[in-house]
Amino acid sequence: MLLIKNGRVLDPASKTDAALDVLLDGDKIANAGANLSAPDAEIFDAKGLVVAPGFIDLHCHLREPGQEMSETIETGTRAAARGGFTAVCCMPNTQPVNDNASVTRGIIERAAAASVRVWPIGAASLGSKGEALAEIAAMKQAGIVAVSDDGKPIASARLMRQVMDYCNPLGLPVIDHCEDPSLFAGGVMREGPISTRLGLKGIPAQSESICVGRDVEVALLTGARLHIAHMSSAKSLEYVRAAKRAGLRVSCEVTPHHFTLTDEDVRYDTRYKMNPPLASRADRDALIEGLADGSIDAIATDHAPHHAASKDVEFDRAPFGITGFETALALGLSELVHTKRLSLMRLVELFTTGPAGVLGVERKIASGQPGDLTIFSIEREWTFRSSESASKSRNTPFDDRAFRGAPVATIVAGRFAYRP
Amino acid sequence: MQRLQHILGIEGLTTEQITFILDQAKPFQEFQRYPLKKLATLRGKTVAIAFFESSTRTRISFTTAASRLGADTMNLQAESSSLKKGESLIDTVRTLEAMRPDGIVIRHAASGAPEFVAERLAIPVFNAGDGTHEHPTQGLLDALTIRDKKGSLEGWNITIIGDILHSRVARSNIHLLTKFGSRITLCGPAMWVPRELESLAPNVRRVLRIEDALTGADVVIVLRVQTERLHEPSIAAEEYILQYQLTPERLRLAKPDTIVLHPGPMIRGLEIDPAVADGPQSCVLEQVTNGLAVRMALLYHLIGGAPADAPHPAKERSNATD
Repeated sequence: MLLIKNGRVLDPASKTDAALDVLLDGDKIANAGANLSAPDAEIFDAKGLVVAPGFIDLHCHLREPGQEMSETIETGTRAAARGGFTAVCCMPNTQPVNDNASVTRGIIERAAAASVRVWPIGAASLGSKGEALAEIAAMKQAGIVAVSDDGKPIASARLMRQVMDYCNPLGLPVIDHCEDPSLFAGGVMREGPISTRLGLKGIPAQSESICVGRDVEVALLTGARLHIAHMSSAKSLEYVRAAKRAGLRVSCEVTPHHFTLTDEDVRYDTRYKMNPPLASRADRDALIEGLADGSIDAIATDHAPHHAASKDVEFDRAPFGITGFETALALGLSELVHTKRLSLMRLVELFTTGPAGVLGVERKIASGQPGDLTIFSIEREWTFRSSESASKSRNTPFDDRAFRGAPVATIVAGRFAYRP
Repeated sequence: MQRLQHILGIEGLTTEQITFILDQAKPFQEFQRYPLKKLATLRGKTVAIAFFESSTRTRISFTTAASRLGADTMNLQAESSSLKKGESLIDTVRTLEAMRPDGIVIRHAASGAPEFVAERLAIPVFNAGDGTHEHPTQGLLDALTIRDKKGSLEGWNITIIGDILHSRVARSNIHLLTKFGSRITLCGPAMWVPRELESLAPNVRRVLRIEDALTGADVVIVLRVQTERLHEPSIAAEEYILQYQLTPERLRLAKPDTIVLHPGPMIRGLEIDPAVADGPQSCVLEQVTNGLAVRMALLYHLIGGAPADAPHPAKERSNATD
């Protein structure tokens, strides 16, 4: 048994914000209440700390199988645990692509020894090639929680319709990486004054929003669960808001880097190269508004490790993506809560009930619930050093960044996945 | 004045630094007319010339500039390089660096590649054109040409015509000439002249009708139409000629003493009418000679390590031979 004493329990599901103790027994939460005692339990003193339901990351890349030079399930989930995540959804763009049950089972078997829960996302199309449907029902049986061809947009509206129709009765959300390939056209950063000055090929914001608009239309046609991955523009957000107003089952996520940085931060430094690219200041501000007013459902990291050699190249040649597990919560606290753009409760929602709702699962601190807790400090000041990261990769623009607020301990199934 | 370590772009230079480089180039302009074009200034020095993108004139210009200063050159061309074998840029330039050159000239299709190299090597890096970012030596030689012909760089109406979006020459010209208070008018098909270009520097405007863009111009810079831009939707050559070719009739809309520049290679009959290319206002051949002078000045200044007040090698030479 494990007793978390003296913490400030923040539970969005029950709107609880109170000084409570939480008792874990085995892999479950046994009780939450004031002044609990359990003579045999190990005590963790959470005085001055927030105790929240376990954080879920809807969007990451663990690179296994196939790209173990960049990350493995072991190193990736260790980084996730350090970042306060208790469950992570890994995208299917591995080698081979997770488009069939045997790959899904392989990931789940490898994840048995991982630091946190690994919930695989299956490919929507075979090989994520955008042609034929992947073995979605078989993958569902093996344990996938959603489908996506992340990294590649589903270019054909017809295929998107089929994927949605097929996933609807299976209860699987369809996650789309929205991008119009003809507008994307080999771009490497957001199109605008900065791309023009740097001479880097620009990607207009409409490359994303056109596809979001299309997906919302297809969701209207099919009634399926649609989730927009790593949304980066105000215009895309408008489509999602309109869909929600119309009662469609549409949700979306935003990454910490898109609510923190803008295209004005981009230099000839491949740690600023990600897809979707860093957006304009106006778009960034609109996203923060959407996080605050509830139109955005979740913060997701899009943790995308790349080994040093692949990023130590010309900007044009570098792969897209940055790591994100260990800085996500700290960025949320530093950039959103301490700046008074979001309440602490809202931030916790975006890491817990928000993503849980996208997946159709519960997430709360109550007797009988899974023993997953995220314990963090709102005030602790620290500096992130990528050289000390648990991830195998170092590709982050937040190296050496000072933060106010930090993950302190992560409990998965009643055990510490990370502790001081 | 801040001593230059590299020449990566015009944007980061001050007017003082630019004026210094142009002044340093003056004696090298004269020098090109001497019967014996060889100095000993950089004797024993080696300049690596690494071109990861095809080029004729800039490569020959840099090689000749180094050679006339007495330096040796080692040449790397994309065709013969190990890039085709998958070697990364950083490994390629580190290999070159291990042969101990005293400076490296880089042309590369990726914007920012020279800066990437400069951050990782200990020797001066000369940007000979990177992607669609900058071509600083072209900007400097154009400025030298304008200063010679018009007497100064200040207060002119300068019209640049062509595919501005994809032109590194245009970016270097815009940064340099606006620093000295000239006004820039950009002209070309709308998709090649996006509005964002107006934010590059103060006093930059876009004008899509060539007649409007030429009216009152003191200097006209015509850019090459880059037919190799395969991934971009292109327009028919006839359309471009109809709307944007610099013809003698159109040039008459500019000031009578206007001058015409072209960075080359020039496609006669496409972006420029042969009558203009060969006409009295054309400065294209001066540009080529000035390119040598500017590149010699930069190699001398950055590799020779001469203090700003050192006797000028080209002047010393002229004293010796006259």
